[in-house]
Amino acid sequence: MKSRKPSIPYIIWMVIFTMIPIVMIGYTAFTDKNGNFSLVSFSKAFQYTDVFLKSLWIALLSTAICLFISYPFAYMITRMKASSQNTVIMLMMIPMWMNFLLRIYAWVTLLQNNGPIDMALSLLGINGTYIGNFSAVVLGMVYEYLPFMVLPIYTVMSKIDPGLIEAAQDLGSNNYSIFKNVLLPLSVPGIISGITMVFVPSASTFLVAQYLGGPNDIMIGDIIDKIFWTDQNTGSAISLILMILIFIFLIIMNLFGDEEAIA
Amino acid sequence: MNTRKNSVVSKLYTALILIFLYMPIAVLIFYSFNNGKTTVWKGFTLKWYEQLFKDDNIMNALYNTLTIAVLASVFATLLGTAAAIGINNFKGKKRLIIQNVSNIPIISPDIVTGVSLMLLFTFLGVIFSFEMGFFTVLLAHICFCVPFVVLSVMPRIKKMDKSIYDAALDLGCNQWQAFYKVIIHELMPGISSGLLMSFTYSLDDFIITYFTRGAKFQNLSIEIYSMTHRRISPKINALSALLFLAVLAIMLLINLRDRHEEKVRAQKT
Repeated sequence: MKSRKPSIPYIIWMVIFTMIPIVMIGYTAFTDKNGNFSLVSFSKAFQYTDVFLKSLWIALLSTAICLFISYPFAYMITRMKASSQNTVIMLMMIPMWMNFLLRIYAWVTLLQNNGPIDMALSLLGINGTYIGNFSAVVLGMVYEYLPFMVLPIYTVMSKIDPGLIEAAQDLGSNNYSIFKNVLLPLSVPGIISGITMVFVPSASTFLVAQYLGGPNDIMIGDIIDKIFWTDQNTGSAISLILMILIFIFLIIMNLFGDEEAIA
Repeated sequence: MNTRKNSVVSKLYTALILIFLYMPIAVLIFYSFNNGKTTVWKGFTLKWYEQLFKDDNIMNALYNTLTIAVLASVFATLLGTAAAIGINNFKGKKRLIIQNVSNIPIISPDIVTGVSLMLLFTFLGVIFSFEMGFFTVLLAHICFCVPFVVLSVMPRIKKMDKSIYDAALDLGCNQWQAFYKVIIHELMPGISSGLLMSFTYSLDDFIITYFTRGAKFQNLSIEIYSMTHRRISPKINALSALLFLAVLAIMLLINLRDRHEEKVRAQKT
């Protein structure tokens, strides 16, 4: 039990399948087709700055909406009976187990012209197009990742001692000050892991925008998918930039977490 | 009085969220019985289900998905559990480095993991002359599954009382028995949740499979991708309905098992 040996296969595995691939991305990004050092791929990658910004904006908006919906919901779940809590959590997880593409495809079916939503609204005399625009992409993202926000916040909140809230009430706090001084600070770890779990995949995913968005709603994942098959160098440069952006984001989120823990 | 109002609000809110989550799935299931190719209702039919079962591509893809999920999750669980036991004996900086590298596949975007593994497999393929396919997809799935196993076994090891291993030896177990009967038994909840997580992540994955599959390999996600991308067929609605039923059944089974275990535990005490 005191031996380090059992981890040796995994350490070798990580060198081959985690470290070397990252080195290869870096190498491919900084070279041209003939393997000579070059920064051309990066200058090509920076042509997609607006797509990067748009992806970050979509991810930010989706994360904010998820947080806004999930926070009160997670709190409400913690106030239910234990058996209802389990049922609701199970109901949150079932759609997550359905295939990622099927969930998006379901929204395509719902939102398409002459689809159920269109037909229902035109009966009420409202005509419009509900697919192929920015809002549809954000809606798809929120649908895809909402459970990833609810579950960590719920997990953290359900561990908060209800006695703390009662104590605050007994000491004369009103609802707002209980929220601000007790509930919110104690649920920060859940909020942070929720934000991370929604932001990272929604900033980097592909196909959601292709299925639900219009011609201008292209995300960086779609660009990587399009470019990589023909130009691995530029594809690698974009992937490298995306990875660095995500790591910077994670470091910032970690700093937030640490500060809260100290305060 | 106040709590009563709160409970109405909370029920309403929960209902709205559940409608949001289940409406798209319900619509897919509804159209799987539609005797027409568009969203206009043309009468009830089961023909899409019949066609689904006759579609060799889909059946083959289903077989591949399940095989990969079983092999990847079992192999990842073995590798990850052993790794967690070993990593626990590293101290300080070394341990921090190993754990951080182990987490890279979890925190880096799927598309980057997929693309980087594709570069590796293409490179190795040239050297050892193989083409990407079943085997490279399996390796890629193991790659993103192991970190989850390590993460779920690790806390169990930390919580475990280290002296029980020595106690087992004192009581006459040999090293292998002490390891198998005591250590593995203690770690079992972590191991089984790691296995379950690996299995579900492997089933659900599309992006990493997409980049490491080569030209011929098909699994369910890839098949769904080509079905939704090129030719829209109501067969996909039938497939969604069946997958939903399968997921529902598995969840209910897990829930029943948990309740049963709780009951047994309650009776013991």
